[in-house]
Amino acid sequence: MQITSRRKKYSRFALITAATPLVFLFLLFHLSAFGVELAGNIVLEGRYFAEEPQYPAQQEHNASVVLEPELYHSFTDGSSVLLKPFVRLDSNADERTHWDIREASFIYPAEDWELQIGISKVFWGATEFVHLVDIINQTDSVEDFTGEEKLGQPMLHLTVPQKQGMIEAFVLPWFRERTFPGEKDRLRSDPIIDTNLSQYESAAEQSHLDFALRYSHTFSNADLGLYHFNGTSREPNLLLGGDMRHPVLFPSYHQIGQTGLDVQMAAGDWLLKGEALYRTGQGRSFAAAVCGFEYTFYGIYESGADLGIIGEYVFDDRADKSLTVVNNDVIGGFRLALNDAAGTEILAGLMKDVEFSTYMFSVEADRRFGEHLKLHMEALFFFDAAEQDAVLPFEQDSQLTVELQYFF
Amino acid sequence: MKFSTILPGVLLLGICFSPLCWQISLAETPEEKGLAIIMEVERRDQGFGDLVTDMVMILRNRNGQESRREVTNKVLEKKGDGDKSLSVFHTPRDIRGTALLTFSHKSGDDEQWLYLPALKRVKRINSRNKSGSFVGSEFSYEDISSQEIEEYTYKYLRDEELDGHACTVSEYYPVDAENSGYSRQMVWRDKDEYRIQKVDFYDRKNSLLKTLTMKGYKQYEGKYWRAGEMHMMNHQSGKSTVLLYSTYRFHTGLTDNDFNKNSLKRAR
Repeated sequence: MQITSRRKKYSRFALITAATPLVFLFLLFHLSAFGVELAGNIVLEGRYFAEEPQYPAQQEHNASVVLEPELYHSFTDGSSVLLKPFVRLDSNADERTHWDIREASFIYPAEDWELQIGISKVFWGATEFVHLVDIINQTDSVEDFTGEEKLGQPMLHLTVPQKQGMIEAFVLPWFRERTFPGEKDRLRSDPIIDTNLSQYESAAEQSHLDFALRYSHTFSNADLGLYHFNGTSREPNLLLGGDMRHPVLFPSYHQIGQTGLDVQMAAGDWLLKGEALYRTGQGRSFAAAVCGFEYTFYGIYESGADLGIIGEYVFDDRADKSLTVVNNDVIGGFRLALNDAAGTEILAGLMKDVEFSTYMFSVEADRRFGEHLKLHMEALFFFDAAEQDAVLPFEQDSQLTVELQYFF
Repeated sequence: MKFSTILPGVLLLGICFSPLCWQISLAETPEEKGLAIIMEVERRDQGFGDLVTDMVMILRNRNGQESRREVTNKVLEKKGDGDKSLSVFHTPRDIRGTALLTFSHKSGDDEQWLYLPALKRVKRINSRNKSGSFVGSEFSYEDISSQEIEEYTYKYLRDEELDGHACTVSEYYPVDAENSGYSRQMVWRDKDEYRIQKVDFYDRKNSLLKTLTMKGYKQYEGKYWRAGEMHMMNHQSGKSTVLLYSTYRFHTGLTDNDFNKNSLKRAR
């Protein structure tokens, strides 16, 4: 009984996996007849974990399919619409199986301003391994452990270029909750985070109106951005709930004010980067900062390859070290770009906690095959996770991800 | 019969003009003549305002295997400083929407930003080293970026005929020799329209590295000559790259607002 239902579930999963992209593509190709540009990618992904799972419910390895088509149409007046849904179907069929509208926005560029309405993504920041000040979009943390993947954010985004710099204003009418891995997923916390129990400081909950104002400017060789954000913190506090037998963590979202700064500077073969933030409203007011550099050796060994050496240091003055993985860490890494026709590139980083014994090593590599295919590999290793460190539950989740990406 | 009447005339003309020529060549060193040629090139190309081109780049390796990139380039002429340019990739599909924004400067380093559409991230990149390959092609950043007079010193070498064009041959030496991939470039320009016909690039050890040949010139707006094909052959690696330009649109009304970090995000 158990076995048949399981097989049924798997065959249904396989059917959905196969059918969804095909139906989608069929519909989209017909739209292209009306001057709608279609692009996007399909990804086949396998994740192999070096060790047994730490918690009984967790699955050992997993495979998934990602579909991320993109529809774009531009009008004669320069305005444009963009639609970019996203879906991941994972063999574990837990929280990692999810979908999102990454973008569904309309851009209207006037002569001295530009307005964007709809769901979109905005990135602020400068450093390579840590993204401190990036705040407009919520992190899709079931997608990516490092927090690089973001959920689509509904927004009204006005850009006004000035003689000196650029002013951007954001009205964010709907809050997106952070995604968290489920019980069966690897790289999850213990106890698990139950997003059904989310709490809000504001009575308006997800419909709280958030605002942000940003000024950015280029001073010859330096780019500078300064912003203030007022609204729901993208980073929840995690509180203990449930009962003794089934404890869970639940996210609690505070109303915060956050001022952030990001700087990038080019000086010869050096790139200097920095980010800093000051947040009020989420416990004691605190500051966090990251600074770093990238120094590039060009054409190493008379080849066309460039080697960049990256160093970053991040500090967060919150007393509770369990809130964030990066709180007092040094990161050393490199980027190797072969500058070949296949666009081969490797990025690696070793993160070491200054106070604890914890090490984290990540490496990713990309190579194109032909015009449409790309192989992406990613490995993440945890060593000597300290008792007090937020990475402790992931200690046995060192993993290798292989992605075959098809772009159309 | 005819010869006898014309020939003395030619001779007479020659005699009349030779002192003049003598004076010019006396007054003008090879360096001055080299500079005069490039200044005339710039004078003829002034006032183009802005320019949009669509380009296909074909990369061939030693075994003849090809890969393609499709790129749209936008250039804004800046008076008194280097031009602004924006290159947006359409293929290969995985780098679709990737855009490179460059503010070139007559002196000092250029400013350069790379836009990565998947991350919606604008990254400042180092622009001092210009010898690196542009997206894996045989063209370096140096070859592809807008070239300012001040970035080289010049020396006229000789007149020479090339593929039926009467050409001047000059050498260009990079001012910022440390960050250039070349010790010198030998440039053939036709005398009629000052168009580049061929360039030999010599590496830092002064051996022949690459040869660029430009073909299919057309005149736009009754003034500006642009090549339809650029062939770059790397003699040392056996690889080559061809740039095919399908459209040149001048004076499309681009402004500075089309060349800022915000415009990178909607470039397609």
